[in-house]
Amino acid sequence: MVFDETDKKLIVELQKDLPLVSRPYAVLGERVGLSEAEVLERVTSWQESGALRRVGAALRHRAVGFVANAMIVWRVPEARIGDVGELLASLPEVTHCYERDMLPEWPYNLYTMIHAKTEDECRSLAVKLSEMTGVDDYDVLSSYAELKKSSMRYFVE
Amino acid sequence: MDLIDRELLNRVQEGIPVTEQPYAELAAGLGICEDDVMARLRSLMEAGVIRRMGGVFDSRRLGYKGTLCAMQVPQDRIEDVAAVVNRYPGITHNYLRRHAYNMWFTVLSRSQEMTEGILAEIKKDTGIENLLNLPSRRFFKVRVKFDVKKV
Repeated sequence: MVFDETDKKLIVELQKDLPLVSRPYAVLGERVGLSEAEVLERVTSWQESGALRRVGAALRHRAVGFVANAMIVWRVPEARIGDVGELLASLPEVTHCYERDMLPEWPYNLYTMIHAKTEDECRSLAVKLSEMTGVDDYDVLSSYAELKKSSMRYFVE
Repeated sequence: MDLIDRELLNRVQEGIPVTEQPYAELAAGLGICEDDVMARLRSLMEAGVIRRMGGVFDSRRLGYKGTLCAMQVPQDRIEDVAAVVNRYPGITHNYLRRHAYNMWFTVLSRSQEMTEGILAEIKKDTGIENLLNLPSRRFFKVRVKFDVKKV
């Protein structure tokens, strides 16, 4: 996908907080030199192409009670990785699901992130996911401190 | 937070309409007025419940590559190693996890070469050579949505 200079400027603006005024996209247009209609057209086309997942809010999950998160790393037989990945991704408790390269010193190939209210809840969820998928070679890495959490700023460098 | 705030939070996590008057549209769905929606969002942002409200892009479609990295950091060095790692804008998440590999962070950059450059600098500046680099091979899901009504 190709983005022209105006697109990039608009993407930079769209990564900031959406203005809390009645017509926020008109304000973005003023900042980058486009009309409100042109902004809506570009943003809609990015949404349709999948480049923009959504315009929406990201919450501080600790502020809404989801204080525990764990990364579960799975060692899945190569032939089953597509099925297992899709099954895990379909569950609402799983927020992220990726296949990653396996390393000799780190023999896991599927990664899921789960969020819950307690660490124990994360652990019982991991057991449940293991039973559902039949994959019993896994490790649960609970987080105990957040050192950085920010949103990526694209096209600003 | 009252029930309307909670319902509003669920809806704005799903998406804010890309239309001329998105807050008026949200307001109509909730049976309140547009000014009320904007005032509630402003308070939720000021209270820190909403971390950010804007475009969420698919990094791969914007031409960025992502990877997940892990390091084994001695307890007494966590602060100084985190200071090195966190200085890169493309490193957006960094968590301590209960494992021998205790520091886990994500790296986004425009190319594999740039990522490798960042990782080489981190190794050099921290003196920690053992760093796992786990680029994603296939993407199944990213969807962070918290049901705040259930809390």
